[in-house]
Amino acid sequence: MLLAFDWTQLAQQTVIGLSAGGLWALLALALVLIYRSTGVVNFAQGEMAMFSTFIAWSLIHHGLSYWQAFFLTLAISFAGGVALERVVIRPVERAPVLTVVIVTLGLFFLVDGAARWFWSSETRTLPNAFSTRPITVAGVAFSIQDLGNIAVSLGVVALLFALFQFTKLGLALRATASNPDESRLVGIRVSWMLALGWGLAAAMGAVSGMLTAPALASFDQNLMQPVLLYAFAGAVLGGISSPFGAVVGALLLGVFVNLIGTYVDWIGTDLRLPVALAVILGVLLVRPAGLFGRASARRV
Amino acid sequence: MAEPLLQLEEVEARYGPVKALHGVSLTVAEGEIVAVLGANGAGKTTTLRAISGTVRRSGAIRFAGKSIAGRSPEAVARLGIAHVPEGRGTLSELSVAENLRLGAYVRRGRASIQEDEQRVLAHFPWLGDRRNQRAGTLSGGEQQMLALARALMLRPRLVLLDEPSLGLAPRVVAEIFRIVGELNEREGLTVLVVEQNAILALEAASRAYVLEVGRVALEGGSETLRRNESVRRSYLGY
Repeated sequence: MLLAFDWTQLAQQTVIGLSAGGLWALLALALVLIYRSTGVVNFAQGEMAMFSTFIAWSLIHHGLSYWQAFFLTLAISFAGGVALERVVIRPVERAPVLTVVIVTLGLFFLVDGAARWFWSSETRTLPNAFSTRPITVAGVAFSIQDLGNIAVSLGVVALLFALFQFTKLGLALRATASNPDESRLVGIRVSWMLALGWGLAAAMGAVSGMLTAPALASFDQNLMQPVLLYAFAGAVLGGISSPFGAVVGALLLGVFVNLIGTYVDWIGTDLRLPVALAVILGVLLVRPAGLFGRASARRV
Repeated sequence: MAEPLLQLEEVEARYGPVKALHGVSLTVAEGEIVAVLGANGAGKTTTLRAISGTVRRSGAIRFAGKSIAGRSPEAVARLGIAHVPEGRGTLSELSVAENLRLGAYVRRGRASIQEDEQRVLAHFPWLGDRRNQRAGTLSGGEQQMLALARALMLRPRLVLLDEPSLGLAPRVVAEIFRIVGELNEREGLTVLVVEQNAILALEAASRAYVLEVGRVALEGGSETLRRNESVRRSYLGY
């Protein structure tokens, strides 16, 4: 029985899980970035990523190559994220958390509606970012696309880490997330840091969307809704206040959901989303701060 | 007479509907240590917050010849006013070194910033050994000193020091005031300090203002105030 176990399949399914998990991790990181600076989950994060993906689709249809469109979309998404913060979030910057949550919910419908208005609701496809050929590593065939997704996800995470850890701007962003009032006293333009955070989050979401779409046979405006849910589950699993936790959580979740779908017959592909929801519920019950999050203790 | 470095004229401030300052006027000259004394709720902290722009205020506030009455906290900081707020003004999640770097956030010139770091660390030698420690893991006194060190990294023209003695052991408080006095003497640091502990404050400062319910009730040289009957009874306790 044990001898008959197909290790090749396990390796392949793990890589497929990491590939999906990596894309969730980018969106999870976007959620965490905004959560840390504003204390709310941006429910519109997935729709913003979807909108970015549609921009990429349009650019490609106007003759750009995938990677040209990719980088141009990144820039547009960054600017769009900054603009959204300035116009929509700025007025409620000092409002209670619930107000901001409602605003991001409104943003969800706004961005979703705008995408349906600009682009008809027919399904469309995005070309592959990477070759679809398989590549054989140690006798096991993997898809280059999956490996590419993992590489890009981890690359973006590494870049973001470097920005936060090694640059003055990153230090200011961390200071703002940790204590905005104190940060203003050393001269940091906190309000702009928040906008910058939105820009970065939008750009990361865009990467997630532009890599998620090619793997699907076709996509429409609902593209990122399941991804947002997985990203949220991953962030909760890792700890919504911890960027590192969100990445690890999303990767773990990707592997877990994919393996459970592969090896547990009755789950298959249909019940993966409920599994992710079960993970959210389980983590919130057992360890509300997540694997790497710090329980929030407030000074009284 | 030269214009004072800082000048407040009939400054009012409010928290929502509650007025906390009812017209405070004071001046601080370059190179001076000036104390603001008063009971709890007299408006001491609010006076500093009005200067740094962290509370809504009206009235005239002039700093180095410019009006700063309408400026945001970040703009005020950029003019060289370092506000060390009440209760350990450090970013507790960041390391000691990062806190110091943030102190110099608005400055340009890596070399002079590094030079200043050495100069500042000379006053707080133990901070150097804890560069990589998270600020939140320091003791209360250490955090207060880090907050002061961070303020110095701005190369400030004026330091607003809010209640540095709050919740600290007398020995630590004495050490903080010793360092402030030293900085003032050697480097001509200008300080406006708010303090509950009037004995210490009057020792360090050359002049002081006594606030009562949001107004200046009394002002004068530290010596004069120390001999004042009502100051002695209300704030010095003898």
